[in-house]
Amino acid sequence: MLNPTLLDGPKFQITIQRLCRQLIENHNDFSNSVIIGIQPRGIYLAKRIAEELRKILPESTILHGDLDITFYRDDFRRREQLIPNQTRIDFVMEGKKVILMDDVLWTGRTIRAAMDALMAFGRPEKIEFLTLVDRRYSRHIPVAADYTGIEVDSIASQKVVVSWKETDGEDKVVLLSDRN
Amino acid sequence: MALSTRHLLGIKDLTENDLQLIFETADNFKSVLNRPIKKVPSLRDVTIANIFFENSTRTRLSFELAEKRLSADVVNFAASSSSVSKGETLIDTVNNILAMKVDMVVMRHPYAGAGVFLSKHVKAQIVNAGDGAHEHPTQALLDAFSIREKYGDVAGKKVVIVGDILHSRVALSNILCLKMLGAEVMVCGPTTLIPKYITSLGVKVEHDLRKALNWCDVANMLRIQLERQDIKYFPSLREYTMLYGLNKEILDSLDKEITVMHPGPINRGVEITTDVADSKQSIILDQVENGVAIRMAVLFLLAGQTE
Repeated sequence: MLNPTLLDGPKFQITIQRLCRQLIENHNDFSNSVIIGIQPRGIYLAKRIAEELRKILPESTILHGDLDITFYRDDFRRREQLIPNQTRIDFVMEGKKVILMDDVLWTGRTIRAAMDALMAFGRPEKIEFLTLVDRRYSRHIPVAADYTGIEVDSIASQKVVVSWKETDGEDKVVLLSDRN
Repeated sequence: MALSTRHLLGIKDLTENDLQLIFETADNFKSVLNRPIKKVPSLRDVTIANIFFENSTRTRLSFELAEKRLSADVVNFAASSSSVSKGETLIDTVNNILAMKVDMVVMRHPYAGAGVFLSKHVKAQIVNAGDGAHEHPTQALLDAFSIREKYGDVAGKKVVIVGDILHSRVALSNILCLKMLGAEVMVCGPTTLIPKYITSLGVKVEHDLRKALNWCDVANMLRIQLERQDIKYFPSLREYTMLYGLNKEILDSLDKEITVMHPGPINRGVEITTDVADSKQSIILDQVENGVAIRMAVLFLLAGQTE
């Protein structure tokens, strides 16, 4: 198969549910925890997780925001210019437990930039990281996820694409081959 | 997505897409400026020289702050206290600065075209911070950005630029920028201070201030630039103020609420009275705040092209 599907259908939803349960184990009612999705694609994961948590914990207030890291990237002037996305954090992060979320963890550089960007909003008590897809053995810096949906072994020329029902019509994770 | 030009020499070198890109980037920088930590590391490996051959407070401070907010290394140079006064040429001065491994030059110069001339002779990227009576692109960008912020869009808005159009680089850059964004532009001032062929830029001309104010949504009141006037263009400042000065009485007599702008520095009591400058219709301080965000956007977008 040229572009194997790594996750879709009921399995996709089960994975999201499992991640939510793992978060509840560590964050209880989320009274001191906030969810931050990393722009551009991590925001869909964060939104989905937040929605699921609100269903599971109807009494809780689940705070969730979006974080743009364009100005904090370490590859500025080394690649095609990126246009910044919106940062939307309308709550105080100081002293809170922050769960950063991105759809794919690959080199680790994005999450490094995100932690840098996060500090501009205050000093969180703790930062955790949740990813839907962990591309193993491809880190450029020592970063690991606290919560992982699935792990995949891939080569640098391949690409992991996560589609979302809200924006792309279906929930799906596909591994794109370099021969595309 | 990137700017279509390597330097920012004037609005005439930009496209409408460039303007929108600068505005969208400035929106993000404006939110950065309202955070507890107002600094991003984007330009940490970039060195910028601010070379000012003319006096400046607002523009120089605004550029310097924008550069520092982007984590750039900044060197400042004022011609009055430099070797220029010993006879060094512009290219020699700049090349000496560039030999110190400077990536970008922000320059203000009394002669029109100085930035263009420099861009042809040095490798660094040039940002024009005002060249004689020619252009002042970042001022026009921040003015248009402020109008966009106030009304949501510049297209279709009626903007009158009042005062010394003849000597004003702000007027020319504003006309080019606002026209490109779809605004209607009128200039208003004494006949002696309106250039002869200004209508070729697609602007209306009006010599009666009240008529102009009744027509417009936004009034941009320009400073009378006595330092550029080698002959008398009007009998006295008092007469100019009586005919073209904006005061609260005129503002209140209009049948609508217009927005008042001024590029600064204000000659209080000449082109605009204190009560107008400090009124809720004035967005003069918003212009100053937006100036930092716009200059951050320009520097960020230009620096992103260099490699």
